[in-house]
Amino acid sequence: MKNRLKVLRAERDWTQADLANALQVSRQTANAIEKGKFDPSLPLAFKIARLFNLTVEDIFIDDEKT
Amino acid sequence: MNDIKHDDMDCTQQNKTQLLSLALWTLAWVASTALLRFGAEYIWDYHPAYSISALITHLALGFAMIMVNVKHLANLDELQRKITMDAMGITLGVGLIAGIAYEQLEDIKLITFEPEISHLIMIMGITYILSILIGNGKYK
Repeated sequence: MKNRLKVLRAERDWTQADLANALQVSRQTANAIEKGKFDPSLPLAFKIARLFNLTVEDIFIDDEKT
Repeated sequence: MNDIKHDDMDCTQQNKTQLLSLALWTLAWVASTALLRFGAEYIWDYHPAYSISALITHLALGFAMIMVNVKHLANLDELQRKITMDAMGITLGVGLIAGIAYEQLEDIKLITFEPEISHLIMIMGITYILSILIGNGKYK
């Protein structure tokens, strides 16, 4: 699943380690989600959305819709 | 730069602490296995009371190791848990398939020696390590 995490993170000048720490996941997991290699669970997706004050749909793009 | 909340102990540090704890309990269990096997032969000359004590210690340490492993799994993040659970599933499958096939080898006279459980444990150990490495490589 594609996402806008890299852009959102860059806008805030956060490193992947900062993001991983805020989400309480490993840097490997933050990196895998950002690269679209791993789809987060619904609770983690909502946690990411809350962190950026956005909705899940604002961050994650449904591949089947594109 | 927007401020971001930092925890005192991040996820990686927590995992390292838990892995160290798991390694120590596993080491204690392995030591108790050696004590159970070789203690009876070389230290207490198969005295039943000592052997039973060593067996109880061995089982108790094994149970503790399982509980530490369960706690370790529960504290992993979702990707790490997926990688670990995938590796465990593959290891269980390989262990079952290889174990049954290996056991049959003697029955169908393809090998002349009796199959050893230690060989199966080695195969499972190698399978688990390889599965973890491949899993981690996949999500790098």
